[in-house]
Amino acid sequence: MTTITNNKEEALIVREQDVVPLRNRVKEYGVKVGMSILNQTKLITATSELVRNLLKYGGGGKVIIESVSNGRDNGVRVTFIDNGPGIADITLAMKDGYSTGKSLGLGLPGTKRLVNEFDIKSELGNGTTVTITKWKNG
Amino acid sequence: MQNNLLEGLKEHENKLLTIWSQILQESGAGDGAMEEEESKEFASLFLSALSKSENAQEFEKVHDLIVGIASSRGKRGFSPRENAEYLISFKQAASQILSELIKDPAQLYEANLKLNEILDNMTIMTFEAFMKGREDIISRQIDEISEISTPVIAVWDGIVALPIIGTLDSSRTQIVMENLLQQIVDTGSSIAILDISGVPAVDSLVAQHLIKTVSATRLMGAECIISGIRPEIAQTVVHLGIDLTGIITKASLASALQTAFDMLQLNVVKRKVIVG
Repeated sequence: MTTITNNKEEALIVREQDVVPLRNRVKEYGVKVGMSILNQTKLITATSELVRNLLKYGGGGKVIIESVSNGRDNGVRVTFIDNGPGIADITLAMKDGYSTGKSLGLGLPGTKRLVNEFDIKSELGNGTTVTITKWKNG
Repeated sequence: MQNNLLEGLKEHENKLLTIWSQILQESGAGDGAMEEEESKEFASLFLSALSKSENAQEFEKVHDLIVGIASSRGKRGFSPRENAEYLISFKQAASQILSELIKDPAQLYEANLKLNEILDNMTIMTFEAFMKGREDIISRQIDEISEISTPVIAVWDGIVALPIIGTLDSSRTQIVMENLLQQIVDTGSSIAILDISGVPAVDSLVAQHLIKTVSATRLMGAECIISGIRPEIAQTVVHLGIDLTGIITKASLASALQTAFDMLQLNVVKRKVIVG
């Protein structure tokens, strides 16, 4: 299955104030592909979780928003790239209730449940890249 | 001394003003009477500073004046571009007079260079003044927003409600919590309703903040109800895996108020109209 990118933009995230504008941009992409309110909310909540991780653990980074199509369905793909310390044990980080910070430990596993496609790559000392895709009818 | 080259300008102050206002009128960057006053003041201060330019303090006065003029023009609706044009046309007028006064090309060049240096610096200052004016407005608005966005409303004797609109981040939560707890003490309320109808998304951080607020309220001996949970928010919270089972949640403020009435053993009944 090949996916085509129709529209793409990048945003730099360095402060907490950047979170809300980014979320609004992602929501606009969701509206443009015709997502339901529920899927929009899931997408922006997932975005919100990951961008907070990006700021808290990655020390800020880059976010790429794309509107994508696989022929049958349209969707939004968001990629979060940071150059932080990386995640030592991804399996552990994906477990419910595990957190190295003082949070609920639901960010990564919860996000995975909110979106259709979830991909995480991390290398110690080389940062983390998380890619999520939410389909319009997913 | 280079500045002596510019001193000749002082004797032609009136001519300078005439040419300047002419250029201003042609370019459309001027606005008549009010500006004439400003221009006169600026020209005389500028020229007197030129003759005493050894003294940096003199120029500081000119700088203060131009910053004042720039922000007052800004308030009168001039764009930063027009502010810059205001000074640039002064420069044009001055160099026009200089070219009549100084015949030696090398000296004329020196004088113009000096003039440019001084006035370009001032043009930059007008931009800075404009930006600063805007920034002041923005920071004042931020303060105002954070103050008006967390009102605690006493809806009934013993019941306070707090509608939250916008994103709940850490600093916002702090203000919300402080206001709420203080109001519980001040009004002696035993029930607090947190309405999140206006919160666009509830992620795990927002949920954590809500849970903390509820715990703090309970520590004060009051009960906390969270209302305004929209259907999409409910589903998102479930998918995220956030456990809100220990908290009383309601879909609308009305049903939260009803629950609060029940807790206080109050009953709202429709009055019977007795006919005849």
